Amino acid sequence: MRLELVKRPQHSTLFSALSPFIALGLTLIAGAIMFSLLGKNPVDALYYYFIDPLRETWSLHELAVKAAPLILIAVGLSVCYSSNNWNIGAEGQFIAGAILGSSIPVLLPGFQSWIVLPLMLILGMAGGAAYGAIPAWLKVRFNTNEILTSLMLVYVAQLFNDWLVRGPWRNPQGFSFPGTVRFHEYAVLPEIWPAAGRANWGFVFALVAAFLLWFMMSRTLKGFEVKVLGQSPRAGRFAGFSSSRMVFFAFTLSGALAGLAGICEVSGAVGHLNEKLSIGYGFTAIIVAFLGRLNPLGVVAAGLVLALTYLGGEAAQISIGVSDKAVRAFQGMLLFFVLACDTLIHYRIRFVGARAGAGEAMRHV
Amino acid sequence: MFDAIIITIATAATPILIAAIGELVVERSGVLNLGVEGMMIMGAVTGFGVALTTGSPWLGFLAAAVVGALFSLLFGFLTLTLVTNQVATGLALTLLGLGVSGMIGEAFIGQPGVKMGNISIPLLSDLPFVGKLLFGQDPIFYLSILLTLAVAWFLFRTRAGLTLRSVGDNHASAHALGIDVIGIRYMAVTFGGACAGVAGGYLSLVYTPQWIENMTAGRGWIALALVVFASWRPWRVLAGAYLFGAVSIGQLHAQALGVGVPSQLLSALPYLATVVVLVLISRNRRLTMINTPASLGRAFVPDR
Repeated sequence: MRLELVKRPQHSTLFSALSPFIALGLTLIAGAIMFSLLGKNPVDALYYYFIDPLRETWSLHELAVKAAPLILIAVGLSVCYSSNNWNIGAEGQFIAGAILGSSIPVLLPGFQSWIVLPLMLILGMAGGAAYGAIPAWLKVRFNTNEILTSLMLVYVAQLFNDWLVRGPWRNPQGFSFPGTVRFHEYAVLPEIWPAAGRANWGFVFALVAAFLLWFMMSRTLKGFEVKVLGQSPRAGRFAGFSSSRMVFFAFTLSGALAGLAGICEVSGAVGHLNEKLSIGYGFTAIIVAFLGRLNPLGVVAAGLVLALTYLGGEAAQISIGVSDKAVRAFQGMLLFFVLACDTLIHYRIRFVGARAGAGEAMRHV
Repeated sequence: MFDAIIITIATAATPILIAAIGELVVERSGVLNLGVEGMMIMGAVTGFGVALTTGSPWLGFLAAAVVGALFSLLFGFLTLTLVTNQVATGLALTLLGLGVSGMIGEAFIGQPGVKMGNISIPLLSDLPFVGKLLFGQDPIFYLSILLTLAVAWFLFRTRAGLTLRSVGDNHASAHALGIDVIGIRYMAVTFGGACAGVAGGYLSLVYTPQWIENMTAGRGWIALALVVFASWRPWRVLAGAYLFGAVSIGQLHAQALGVGVPSQLLSALPYLATVVVLVLISRNRRLTMINTPASLGRAFVPDR
């Protein structure tokens, strides 16, 4: 038996909407198989992964804490990928934003005023945008492959951050633990509703960013430009759009949002800059962007799902002893299924028997 | 001292060389597999695990090759049969590989590994300077050189190699000539996967015989950059791999000597060097266009 693709005359609206759900379903099945192989009860494992974290208010707040950076980064990436620019160095831009934003409370601890936090957020975005502009500039000016350069810069940013928090920026009173001083009260991103849980304003920023980018993509000329240049650069040129400017736009936009996510993470969830800053949100956000079908509003839903897997991973580790390493395997599988299911949007899949022989056999049955 | 440095350069260069040669064949057939890092790390964890249980580094390498190939078939099925986006699918393969290897490898953390020993050809390996370098290395080093030779010969001196390149340069014409485009691409992708698996195995069986999570540390991506740098030519991949090996060993020695530059910044050198090299090679737009396989990264659906 063989698998054959038949192109649909028009892309299927039904499967555009359904494919992320089919992918999720398939991931759950594959996950259940994976957990059985690990010798765990799959029903229990999936319960702890996907239901348990949703049962308590504080836990929902944790979900928002994890989802905020994922959504912020992924909405930027969704625009970037729609324009056919492949920024996979969001992790580096996340770090760059965190570092530049932290420079105010770390270098100027005496500067305490309400304006500190807004400045930090702006610097965070600027840092991420500037770091994202490097691969964009290299691509436009020197024709280098942006996938490779943006990824290489992630390692550079990680090492630079490591040096900062162990070297010049280390807290002298920190008992030689790497990390800067704790941020003063004006430099901390407040929690939305401190009585109920830890969720901070980063989550609100994420929702606002998603809404704004959704509006841009679906209602403005800029969004049209992104899509045209992404699908057909030639048609875009005839329309008078500049693909060089689009490269910069896509990279600085996604870089700025990743930078904002970085500074929000440092000043909100963590409270100071340390060596454990980079835990892979920038890479998980790639999965979020695709699961959200590169639609900013879809990304919000996808971000919540991926955030849930992080929390679920912790819950499953504590309660039934599944390694927290399983989470990343799980997330990787999800992206695979998402991509595979997207095929259904443009093609019908037909199973073809092995020519006449199989046809004969069918008739005899 | 000099000998030792040269030999460590070869050890740093070999895994990248093997992975890049594999990817070169894949890209020559018109497929861009960005999952090298993921296939390498799967090779590293499997190789380590199998060598640990059986005590044989050879079986470790064999298993690494098989797992790398199987893992690449996952990519092949998606991009070739289901015509998914190659960039996204390659990324997915990397993310999946890093995740799955972390999970499998958890039991191996801190375990002493099995190291594949160097072979030593009598008399010849005692020659001054070149002796240890040419005749006293580990077997996979020789394999990497042979592999480069074989791929260079295959691609440019055989009919099958010509067919593979034609598929990469113009899949529509190749299909019209009756060439099985998808079948050839499947073979190329599997070969690339097996190479990446062996390259990963080299890291956990020769370079640092232990299992560390994410131990590939971007080498798969550097291998991808190397293919571009080499403008899809095997011997230039070899040169690039040794250049990279020299940079990464040079910075390690600089760290050991304590040259006053922070170690983290020295560790960043190989990555920065990769960016610089990419810039230098890609600058000439026309030359890049001539060298790049014309169908690279483009999906192919046969119209019957």
